[in-house]
Amino acid sequence: MTVIELIKQPWPWYVAGPLIGLMVPTLLIFGNKTFGISSSLRHVCAACVPAKIPFFSYDWKKEIWNLFFVFGIFLGGILAAMFLKNESAIILNQDLVNELAGYGINDTSSLIPAELFSWDSLKTVRGLVLMILGGFLVGFGTRYAGGCTSGHAIMGLSNLQLPSLIASISFMVGGYIMANLILPFILSL
Amino acid sequence: MSTVKENNTDFEVRSLDAMCVNEEDIQTPGWHNLKYLIFGILFGIVMIKSEAVSWFRIQEMFRLQSFHMYGIMGSAAVVGAISIMLIKKFNIKTVNGEKIHLPNKTFNKGQIFGGLIFGFGWAMTGACPGPLFAQLGYGAAAVSVTIVMAIVGTWVYGKLREKLPH
Repeated sequence: MTVIELIKQPWPWYVAGPLIGLMVPTLLIFGNKTFGISSSLRHVCAACVPAKIPFFSYDWKKEIWNLFFVFGIFLGGILAAMFLKNESAIILNQDLVNELAGYGINDTSSLIPAELFSWDSLKTVRGLVLMILGGFLVGFGTRYAGGCTSGHAIMGLSNLQLPSLIASISFMVGGYIMANLILPFILSL
Repeated sequence: MSTVKENNTDFEVRSLDAMCVNEEDIQTPGWHNLKYLIFGILFGIVMIKSEAVSWFRIQEMFRLQSFHMYGIMGSAAVVGAISIMLIKKFNIKTVNGEKIHLPNKTFNKGQIFGGLIFGFGWAMTGACPGPLFAQLGYGAAAVSVTIVMAIVGTWVYGKLREKLPH
């Protein structure tokens, strides 16, 4: 197996996790930045539609590094799709595959289910709810919580911040409730 | 409503409800921001290749059907914590010789309410903000709708902020 073939395989958690963790000291040492991504959404608001709202009345250009960072994530996605794509289907827990089949979600070959997240799916009730309401909750919730998985669960926990532990536990509790209790109804729509 | 703006410095406004706010004391030219583009590219590739951007992996995580995501987040936090310990212990400076700032966060109820709300959205979209950008790059063009809605959600939070319990 060549190196490029090896890289094209899905990376195990013990490779990916430490690499993500190294983002914390990298950003600190290269520019005194604390790792966080959801703030980029706020900077977009401050740059485009501040509407005299105090929360968006700040000099967003001082945080422009964060926009470079998320644009990089977008480019990383493009590069991974062009050069590092895994040709075989994603391997999932059989219980999940069976459950999703019950909702008519049979295509589990790609990372993102086209049956839920696509232009066509926007014409379905469940696709609309997942993308429109789901996206809204991600933006509203992360800012209300003061950070997302990167800011709280990785950066905040790395720096042993109790508020970040509380936030991270809340993320997980919210996710458990949604995935197990509410999502079955949404997927049946 | 305008108390935030009148009484606080620009830095303090930016620091509200944010984990990642800081700026270098030493001013660097704008093109230096390109290094964050490179870090972002590397981060995006790791997120794709570890399948952490997958809606399916997030569903497995919240159904306790796979250790994968817990392994990623847990080992990332451990490596991050060891790094910060070393930075503090050896008083490591930035590449520009500046002292590294590590702001402490104070608790507010938003971390619980907002955390739960984000958790709902995370399980629905199968993505936190970072993976949304990676998914879009990976070719899921319709995720642009989710990103726009996340920006709208952020804006509505900013609009209602003073009325929400913190």
